Amino acid sequence: MYFLETEDVVKQFSNHLALNKVSIHVPQGQIFGLLGPNGAGKTTLIRIINRITAPDSGRVFFDGRELQPADISQIGYLPEERGLYKKMKVGEQALYLAQLKGLPYDVAKKRITHWFHKFDISSWWNKKLEELSKGMQQKIQFIIAVVHEPKLLIFDEPFSGFDPVNADLLKREILEMKEKGQTIVFSTHNMESVEEICDNIALINKSQVVLSGNVNEVRRSYKTNNYTLSYRADSGLLAADSALFSILSEKDVEGINTIRLHKDENISNSDLLAAIAGKTEILSFSEEIPSMNDIFIKVVGASDDKD
Amino acid sequence: MNKIGIVIKSEYLRRVSKKSFLILTILVPFIFAALVFVPLWLSTLNGGEQKQIAIVDNTGKYSKIFENTDEYKFVTSSDADMQAYRKNPDKSIFAFLFINGDLLENPADATLYSDQQVPMSLTDAINKTLSENLKNEKLASYHLPDIDKIVADSKIKFDIKAVKWGSDGKETASSSEAASMIGIVLTIISFMFIMMYGAQVMAGVMEEKTNRIVEVIVSSVKPYDLMMGKIIGIGFVGITQIFLWIILTAALIGGSALFLGGSISASDMSNIGAEILSAIGSINLTWIAINFIIYFIGGYLLFSSIYAAIGASVNQQEDSSQFMMPIMLIMLFGFYAGIYSVENPDGPLAFWCSLIPFTSPVVMMVRLPFDVPIWQVLISYVLLYATAIGAVWVSAKIYRVGILMYGKKPTFGEMIKWIRYK
Repeated sequence: MYFLETEDVVKQFSNHLALNKVSIHVPQGQIFGLLGPNGAGKTTLIRIINRITAPDSGRVFFDGRELQPADISQIGYLPEERGLYKKMKVGEQALYLAQLKGLPYDVAKKRITHWFHKFDISSWWNKKLEELSKGMQQKIQFIIAVVHEPKLLIFDEPFSGFDPVNADLLKREILEMKEKGQTIVFSTHNMESVEEICDNIALINKSQVVLSGNVNEVRRSYKTNNYTLSYRADSGLLAADSALFSILSEKDVEGINTIRLHKDENISNSDLLAAIAGKTEILSFSEEIPSMNDIFIKVVGASDDKD
Repeated sequence: MNKIGIVIKSEYLRRVSKKSFLILTILVPFIFAALVFVPLWLSTLNGGEQKQIAIVDNTGKYSKIFENTDEYKFVTSSDADMQAYRKNPDKSIFAFLFINGDLLENPADATLYSDQQVPMSLTDAINKTLSENLKNEKLASYHLPDIDKIVADSKIKFDIKAVKWGSDGKETASSSEAASMIGIVLTIISFMFIMMYGAQVMAGVMEEKTNRIVEVIVSSVKPYDLMMGKIIGIGFVGITQIFLWIILTAALIGGSALFLGGSISASDMSNIGAEILSAIGSINLTWIAINFIIYFIGGYLLFSSIYAAIGASVNQQEDSSQFMMPIMLIMLFGFYAGIYSVENPDGPLAFWCSLIPFTSPVVMMVRLPFDVPIWQVLISYVLLYATAIGAVWVSAKIYRVGILMYGKKPTFGEMIKWIRYK
């Protein structure tokens, strides 16, 4: 069910509590977004999962049992600050890092060759890292993180610095890995990508989890019952029906009136549509579901205000 | 292959295939051979033209005693010529030697005049000739019969023959010069090596930290494995380099000796060879070589692990110098202690410094050719390796926290606290 879980993880640094009983549950084979402002504790949590540091208390469960040292060979990690040896040839580096993850030499070589070919960068095998542009380096870094086909992938701010083409490539690769059954966790500020590809999220602020769950459910739970409707104004202006809805704003562009209305929560979308369709010609109708960006700001702002 | 092995292999191959490694490997033996042979070759050349020294001897006693050499030709001249020269100098005369009275009675009556600074080779030549002559004159004035023969007979230069009693009853000729030389050479090699390769360890650690490579690697391998892999890998690079240097230097010296063969005759060469062999015959070379390796490994481990800890703690090159200072001072102290111990290999300075772990790799090398009691060597080993292992342990703890710690430069106290972090 859950491939990765943390249970009440606490981590204290000398003058700062980084994680305060943080529990997350990552379902298997799904894409999980770990969100939060800078300094919230996301990277610390990720390092604990990767066994780079140890928690002061709390436990981490991996594939149904407690996390073991050997499990890191089943984790692929692309850190936020990612560097590689500047003067080393990229093919060689990829081989070195793949072997450190436990892949035997020939398997590593075969897979890396395959990935280079897939990304169309085979000609770079013998180039030193410093000879490549940033976008090219990012491709190499990505390959290194995934080459050992781990069951769990963790990407920390994977889209930062990516141009739209490479960002799209990354999204496609992540979705492909999900198809293959791998579990993916990524931490990001890029809320659009969260809406596009995440199944579940957890939002961490000031070392605690303040929001978690399935993305669509979370968005719906924050819904405002506001809708955008546009209709042809020459058939007459629409007036608010106090039992059904109220009008928040109106805009007229060349005979087409676009209104934002607030629906009474006791009636359904279909009832609302039926009521309006009778009075005018509806051109478009959509529910304003809050974006993750808005929810983020709202939740983080609220918990900031509480202090 | 376990993970340390993978790291070692990568570190080693990466550095050995660098151009700078190859250049240094070839360059140093050439420089060394040049230092040995160029002065030798230059001294066989005739340097410069012969200079003329004009002797103005108003006593008539001394002008005949000066012999011409390659550099100086002595001609007789007169007062008048000297005055004329001063008014109208021509470049053919380099200097005037003016003697105006009996030098036994009044040494100040001889003066060397020139419009240039006279070199020591000229004053030495003149002094030597005059001293010899005046001495003979003085001796002759005592009117003792056969005085010349007596003086010649009494010139004895004594050179004591040193013989070492071997435990098997054999006697071998020993040479303290050779022993000291070997000690000093080994000390220098040891010191240089630890400095050069320890610095490479630190540079490697700092590169990984500032380039954030370490973030990627520590998710695959424990920091301890990374640190030790680097230390060991670089150690092997150093050993390879020294090995290549020895081979290349020997080849170069052998080759150059053949090339210069004209100036040194074959029998001279074999004489020199035999002398060298007999001189070092009494020194147990195998024992020294084994100890060199043991001390060298211990010293390298000790210092390079400290270098690794420093590299992991700082964020920029500039910060590292503050921590490097104490280390450098200790090493320099050890180096000088070694040099001074050559005169007195069993004295207190040598004794204590060959036991203290930070200086023992260097100082013990100087003592070894002089047969150190085995109990001292054993204590020295134990202290060195215990400290080295301790240093590795402490450094590993500092390393694993330091490499992920960015921000302000840590104080020494903070670094100590890291030892206790989980």
